[in-house]
Amino acid sequence: MVNRNIESRAWQWAGHSILLVYAAACVLPFLLLLTSSVTDESTIIKNGYSFFPEKFSLEAYRYLWNESTDILRAYGITVFVTVVGTTLSLAITSMLAYPISRRDLPYRNPLAFYVFFTMLFNGGLVPTYFVFTQVFDMKNSLAALLIPALLMNGFNVLLMRTFFMTTIPPAVLESAKMDGAGEIRIFYSIVLPLSTPIMATIGLFQAIAYWNDWFNGLIYITDPKLFSLQNILNRIMSDIQFLSTNAAMSARASESMMTLPSASFRMAIVVVGVIPILLAYPFFQKYFVKGITIGAVKG
Amino acid sequence: MQKPTAPKRWLTMKTYAPLYLLTLPGLLYLLINNYLPMFGLVIAFKDVNFSKGILGSDWVGFKNFEYLFKSSDAILITRNTLLYNAVFIVLNLIVAVGVAILLNEIRNKLLARFYQSVVLLPYLISMVIVSYLGYALLSMDTGFLNKTILPALGMEEIAWYNEPKYWPNILTLVHTWKGAGFLCVVYLAAIIGIDQEYYEAATLDGASKWQQIRSITLPLITPVIIMMTLLAIGRIFYSDFGLFYQVPMDSGSLFNVTNVIDTYVYRGLMQLGDIGMSSAAGMYQSLVGFVLVLLSNYVVRKINRENALF
Repeated sequence: MVNRNIESRAWQWAGHSILLVYAAACVLPFLLLLTSSVTDESTIIKNGYSFFPEKFSLEAYRYLWNESTDILRAYGITVFVTVVGTTLSLAITSMLAYPISRRDLPYRNPLAFYVFFTMLFNGGLVPTYFVFTQVFDMKNSLAALLIPALLMNGFNVLLMRTFFMTTIPPAVLESAKMDGAGEIRIFYSIVLPLSTPIMATIGLFQAIAYWNDWFNGLIYITDPKLFSLQNILNRIMSDIQFLSTNAAMSARASESMMTLPSASFRMAIVVVGVIPILLAYPFFQKYFVKGITIGAVKG
Repeated sequence: MQKPTAPKRWLTMKTYAPLYLLTLPGLLYLLINNYLPMFGLVIAFKDVNFSKGILGSDWVGFKNFEYLFKSSDAILITRNTLLYNAVFIVLNLIVAVGVAILLNEIRNKLLARFYQSVVLLPYLISMVIVSYLGYALLSMDTGFLNKTILPALGMEEIAWYNEPKYWPNILTLVHTWKGAGFLCVVYLAAIIGIDQEYYEAATLDGASKWQQIRSITLPLITPVIIMMTLLAIGRIFYSDFGLFYQVPMDSGSLFNVTNVIDTYVYRGLMQLGDIGMSSAAGMYQSLVGFVLVLLSNYVVRKINRENALF
C-alpha cells in the first residue's frame, strides 16, 4: 500500500508540473502582450517587449482613447457582424436542419445529400471569389463580411439535424399536431425551446468565427471604413512588416514609420481586441466544452 | 402500400409545404456559397480575360495545369502542405492524448478545470492576434527572444523573419499551441466516458497507473483517436491559411518553407493576378481532397460504422 501511495503521489506531482508548464505556455504570450501595452515607448525601444517593464506608462491607451474613431468604427463593425451573423446563421441552420430531421418528410434524403455533398467537394477560393465579387457584387460591402463561407455550413446543419432526431420525441410533435398546431408553429414553440444546448453550442462556434474572421475582410474589403477590428490589426501588421523589410528604402520609409502606431500602441489595440473573448470565456466555457464534445461524437 | 394517386401526392406536398419553405434560405445559401463555385472550376480551363468576361474567355484545355506542374511551385507547395500536415497530425495526437490523460489523473478537480480552460484559450483567438504574439516574441529589434532570452544565453540576435531554417519548427509549435487544446477536450471527453469499473478491477489486480493507461485508457479511446486522425488525413491537402500567411507575416524570404497550396492559391489570385494557375492549383486541391475524404471515410466506416461521416 505504501508503494501505491508513492506511485500515486508521483503521478500527481508529474501531472501538475507538466500541466503547469503547458498552461504557462498558453498564458504567458498574452501576459507579454498586456505588459507591453502598458510599457513606456522608449523602454520598449531600448529593452524590447518585456514581462517586467522598467517604466510603466498608459500612454498607449490614452492615445487609443484620443484616436478612437477608426478603432471604434471597426469595433462597431465587428460587433455588428458577430451579432447579426450569428443570429442569421442560427436561424437558417435550424430552419434547414429541422425539416431534414423529420423522418416523414418526402424527399428528405435528397435534401440531406444536397447539404452533405458540400462537405465533400468545393470549388475553392478562386471561383468563390468570382461568384461573390462578379455575380453578387459584394466587394466593399458589409455583406461580404457576413455572407461568404461563414453564414452556414453543412457540418452544423447535420449536427443540428442529429440533435433534433435524437432528442425530440416524435410523440410530442404528433400531439401538437393533434391540438391543431401548424408545422411552423410546432417548429417555433416546441422544437426550438427544446434545443437550447445545440443552439448555444453552434451559436458560440459561429460567434467566435465571426469575431475572429479576418479573411473575408482581407479578400473582399479594400475600403478602410469597412474594416473590422481584425482587419485593422492585420493592416497595421502588414505595414510594419513592409517597412521593416524595406527599411533601407530611405527617408520615405522612415517618414511613414513616424505615422505608424508605436510599439506599445499596437499591443494596446490587440489587448482591446482580445479582451471581450477573455472576459466572456469563463461564462461560456461550459457550453464550449460541451460543444466540442458534441461535435466530436456527432450528437 | 398503394402508390399515392396524383391528387393525393399533391395533398401530401401541400401539408409539407411549410417545412419545405423553412429549408429555402439554407438551400439558397448553399447554392450560392457552395454549388455555384463548383461550376466556377471551369476557370481552371480558361485563359481569363476580363474584357471578355470569365465565361467568354478562351478555353485553353489543360494549359494552366501544364504550367503549374511544370513549374517548381507544384512540387514545393505539395511537399510543404503534406509534410506540415503529417507532422501536425502526429504531434497534435501525442500532445492532446498525453495532456488529456494527465488532466484525467489530476485529483484536484478545481485545478484540473483551470488547466483545461487555459489550454483551450489559444484556440479562441484569431490568427491575426497570434501573429502579434509571435511578433512580440520574434521581432528583430523589440522581440522578447532577441532582447531578453538570447542575450541572457550569450547568443547573437536572430533575424527570425528572414531565416527560413527556423520556420518549420516555429510553425509546428504555433500550430500545436493553438490547436492541441481543442483535440485534448475531445479526448478527455472520451476518457471520461470510460466505465470506472475497469479501473477499479485493475487496481484490485494490482495494476500500476502506467499499466492501467496502457491497457485500459489507450485501447478504449483508440476508436476516437483513429476517427480524429483519419478525418485529419482526409483534409491533409488543406491547411490553415492564417497559420502560413499571418504568422510568418507574408515574408517573401520564407516562402520556400511557408508556401502551401492555400497560400499559393491566395497569392495567385490577390497578389500576382495569375488567375489561371491559381485556379488550377485550387482544382488540384479540391479533387485530391475529395478523393482523400472519400478514402478516409471508407476506412473509418470499415473500423466503426457509427463514426463514419457517411
